[in-house]
Amino acid sequence: MNYLERKMSEFKRPDGRKVDETRKIIAKVGVVPNADGSAMFAFGKTVAIAAVYGPKNMHPQHEQNPKQGTLRCTYSMNSFSVQDRIRPGPSRRSMEISEITTWALSPVVMLKNFPNTVVDVHINILQADASTRCAGINAASMALAHAGIPMKDLVTSISIGKLDKQLVVDVNKKEEDWEEGEGATDIAMSFTGSGELTHIQLDGHISNEELKTAIELGRATCKKIYEIQKKALKEAVKIEEEEE
Amino acid sequence: MIHTTRVTAERIKQYLKEGKRFDGRKPENYRKIEIEKGISAHAEGSARVKIGKTEVIVGIKMSVGEPYPDSPDKGNLITTAELIPLSSPRIELGPPKFNSIEIGRLVDRMLRESGFIDFKGLCIKEGEKVWTLFVDIYSINDDGNLLDAAAIGAIIALFDTKIPKYDEESDKILYEEPTDEKLPLSKEFPLSITIHKIGDYFIVDPTKEEEDISETRVTIGGYEEIVSSMQKGMEKSLNIEEMLKVLEISKKVNQKLRKEIEKYI
Repeated sequence: MNYLERKMSEFKRPDGRKVDETRKIIAKVGVVPNADGSAMFAFGKTVAIAAVYGPKNMHPQHEQNPKQGTLRCTYSMNSFSVQDRIRPGPSRRSMEISEITTWALSPVVMLKNFPNTVVDVHINILQADASTRCAGINAASMALAHAGIPMKDLVTSISIGKLDKQLVVDVNKKEEDWEEGEGATDIAMSFTGSGELTHIQLDGHISNEELKTAIELGRATCKKIYEIQKKALKEAVKIEEEEE
Repeated sequence: MIHTTRVTAERIKQYLKEGKRFDGRKPENYRKIEIEKGISAHAEGSARVKIGKTEVIVGIKMSVGEPYPDSPDKGNLITTAELIPLSSPRIELGPPKFNSIEIGRLVDRMLRESGFIDFKGLCIKEGEKVWTLFVDIYSINDDGNLLDAAAIGAIIALFDTKIPKYDEESDKILYEEPTDEKLPLSKEFPLSITIHKIGDYFIVDPTKEEEDISETRVTIGGYEEIVSSMQKGMEKSLNIEEMLKVLEISKKVNQKLRKEIEKYI
């Protein structure tokens, strides 16, 4: 971790954060009353909500798996979540992120006892300031737990950036578009609570050594976020008890 | 397909006979309305509207484009409603269904026909450049009456909108620099009120169960005294007397609802 410590004090981030500091995180469950489980997760101005429906019969029928249930995540962005309006409906990008999200969450979801069913996870980005897929995965993981889907663990996701030569945690849009020096490298990654890596994506260029540090930094940050997710889930249960 | 059971349907009808509803409301009352505006950092204007458990969000985006040939000095309006699967177990993935198309179109006509927006005020250079307003509606939780919620959301979001700076030379919109300039809107705003008929009874603001067993509905857009857009939906017919009653209810509800919404503007 020497590399990181050496650089930490010198670097100024556009919004004044420390290099290992995330934006303000808000995590909440139960935001969509219709859903079997739902959650909201925000990194500063990036806001994602997720709703879980299922397990329910899989349609179309030919996609049914008689051995176990299927997890199906769909990611979509609101047309006004970004500065230049995006056309509503699926795009190549959103379809890829949907699949990536499904892969990130599958290792913890236990659907062996639900053959021929599907668990639908719908993720909607209300407002985007980079790291939307990470916020989406975090919300989805909480929503699944809130829905009472059997899970081995939660999944926590974070983006690590390399701005010029400096590693930073939780990249925002300004940082994503960093052009000085070596430019920006964006590494999105997700870990289970026990530290298994379930998703990683990288755009940019980075040395092997630095990438190792980035992954360590991601793991350390995810540990903290994991606690926030857990706390939000526990609070929801508490409120429900009081109401009874 | 999930649908309200017959037992529930019978009970709803029985209650209506006594002038009551499932949740204790009177036939002509709305559920509790909660409104928030300015909920989105990247939209030029936005609003969140909750009616009971029903929730929609509306965002306004603006871009500069060419006017239509038949209205060279007028801006454009494009309204879309996305009923996303996140908001209800009944909504499936896939291309927009009729329901969401209808909501988009009805809100569009309420805004357009009421003269609420001064489209000439959205002209930058006649015949060449005008503002296009995108009104985008998203359902977050569908517990009935998405349409009226969407219409309220659109009105509030339009009032909330600040026009971004437009640099004519580079033909670029500087979204980062919103001006203080508001949209050219009239002070009085239209509302959309949907009246449903169940058995012999008329109700407004149906919950999902009530919406399920509704036999016919009329959506009326406009002001207290003036109707500027209207559409009857679903198969069952109305006789003239009933239609007149619908208009009467719509006027009364419009008056009442207006007071509740005014304070958010």
